[in-house]
Amino acid sequence: MLLTPDDIKQIAHLARLGIEEAALDHLAADLSTMLDLVEQLQAVDTEGVEPMAHPANASLLMRDDIVTESDQRDVLQAPAPALQDGYFLVPRVIE
Amino acid sequence: MHDMTMAQQAALLASGELTSADLVEHYLARIEQHDARLNAYLAVDAEGARLAAAEADKRLQRGEAGPLTGIPIAHKDIFCTTDMATTCGSRMLENYVSPYAATVVDKLQAAGMVTLGKANMDEFAMGSSNENSYFGAVANPWQENRVPGGSSGGSAAIVAARLASAATGTDTGGSIRQPAAFCGITGIKPTYGRVSRYGMVAFASSLDQGGPLAQTAEDCALMLQAMAGHDVRDSTSSVLKVPDFSESLNENLAGLRIGIPDEYFAQGLDSDVGDCVNEALSVLESAGAILKRISLPNQNLCIPAYYIIAPAEASSNLSRFDGVRFGHRCENPQDIDDLYTRSRGEGFGPEVKRRILIGAYALSAGYYDAYYKKAQQVRQLVSDDFTSAFAEVDVIAGPTTPTTAFERGAKSDDPVAMYLNDLFTVSANLSGLPAISAPCGFADGLPVGLQLSASVNQEARLLNVVHRYQGLTDWHRRMPDAVA
Repeated sequence: MLLTPDDIKQIAHLARLGIEEAALDHLAADLSTMLDLVEQLQAVDTEGVEPMAHPANASLLMRDDIVTESDQRDVLQAPAPALQDGYFLVPRVIE
Repeated sequence: MHDMTMAQQAALLASGELTSADLVEHYLARIEQHDARLNAYLAVDAEGARLAAAEADKRLQRGEAGPLTGIPIAHKDIFCTTDMATTCGSRMLENYVSPYAATVVDKLQAAGMVTLGKANMDEFAMGSSNENSYFGAVANPWQENRVPGGSSGGSAAIVAARLASAATGTDTGGSIRQPAAFCGITGIKPTYGRVSRYGMVAFASSLDQGGPLAQTAEDCALMLQAMAGHDVRDSTSSVLKVPDFSESLNENLAGLRIGIPDEYFAQGLDSDVGDCVNEALSVLESAGAILKRISLPNQNLCIPAYYIIAPAEASSNLSRFDGVRFGHRCENPQDIDDLYTRSRGEGFGPEVKRRILIGAYALSAGYYDAYYKKAQQVRQLVSDDFTSAFAEVDVIAGPTTPTTAFERGAKSDDPVAMYLNDLFTVSANLSGLPAISAPCGFADGLPVGLQLSASVNQEARLLNVVHRYQGLTDWHRRMPDAVA
């Protein structure tokens, strides 16, 4: 297996993704199978090939740097799970 | 009236022989009758649809209607709507009502289309069977123990079961074309950038593209016409002029060069599917097309490259779901890390988690060059294959999927077996090319899809070829017995 349950724990931490202990073994197996699938890329000669990030590489547009949106704070905050005085609420960060 | 195509319904609406109100009531009754079994709709807005139909009928009477005015559709639940929740098939967005509508939704509404409801889908569009929806699997109307495909499985099942005249979908690796093939309907993934992604929940931003699913190429042409065009709110949307897709539908196929890649008829292709596709190619040949064997030498690398690039982009895009600004938030978070970790752990399903993890791994320090950069280089090679091929041929043809629709549960424990459904479809996303799937026969009572792809911005050509094919065959007119 390419990835161990401990590796999964570490990646999950990087992604801030809660994973139950009981699921770690299964995920390690699944992700290892996925890595097996992509392993054949390593055998390809890509020397000098420019990475393709995007199909629209050359044609990205720039817009004029002017304000186009009006203030819609209340509307845009409406879906937030916790608000106070127009701010998003999070647990205390600074002790 | 559900046995008519959208174009036929539009003609009757225009002549006053049919009203949008009649159509809406008819579909609402059909949804009531069939959708408990299919689970293709996540939400139905009967009241909103009736109001919109009344509005459309007024426009029709005043002579201010366009070709789509009064036609009832469903939107894949990845397109943001302000009057219904947009769940993306996820617990994360279970109660999310967007403060703004997707450009696609706005444009189709402006064209007078009536929204019946939102279509079920694989969670965050990750899947090929619709079994990854938090709100339950969707049945394939042709055989209800089988999957409709995914991720636009609800949209495809709705069109196949005639529970709307057409539907919107999105395609990141085959999510319009594979379910269209499994459900016996027509669906087109336009050129990357042809349709605005604004208000379309992001999965993999360099691959995602919206498009229509309908009964025929003619119907797809009508809908794509209204969906396409530059949008200042999506800087990657194309500024090219959108051609008149309906105008060129009837062009003659004489001399059309169709490339048949050897790699599409190799290992992994079900022989019944291959037979149907070969039969379809003979039909096109008899209509004057010239078949030419070609090679796409890097075809075998498409799936591996895709399963690095798509999860990498997804892990980045889905980092926005943090339990703070919108979406699911866990109860009583201890601290900020606990808030992020638990909200995301509870809100995302198993496949989304797998992809976030593999994407985060591929992008992490020390692995970036080996995985992500390598996959992007291979993406360039795949794209170069098409550039070479399209110097010799006008379109490329083959099967949309290696098999017909499989039984529910058959592949849900094996992610990699599930990924191989996309064997023939991901290359169009990697290269940004347009590709279409159209019904071309049946194997054991299940629909088979013919896929055609073309060079960038050549959607009109694809719609033209399929329209001519549909003039010579009637596979697209077949309807599942259970919903007839």
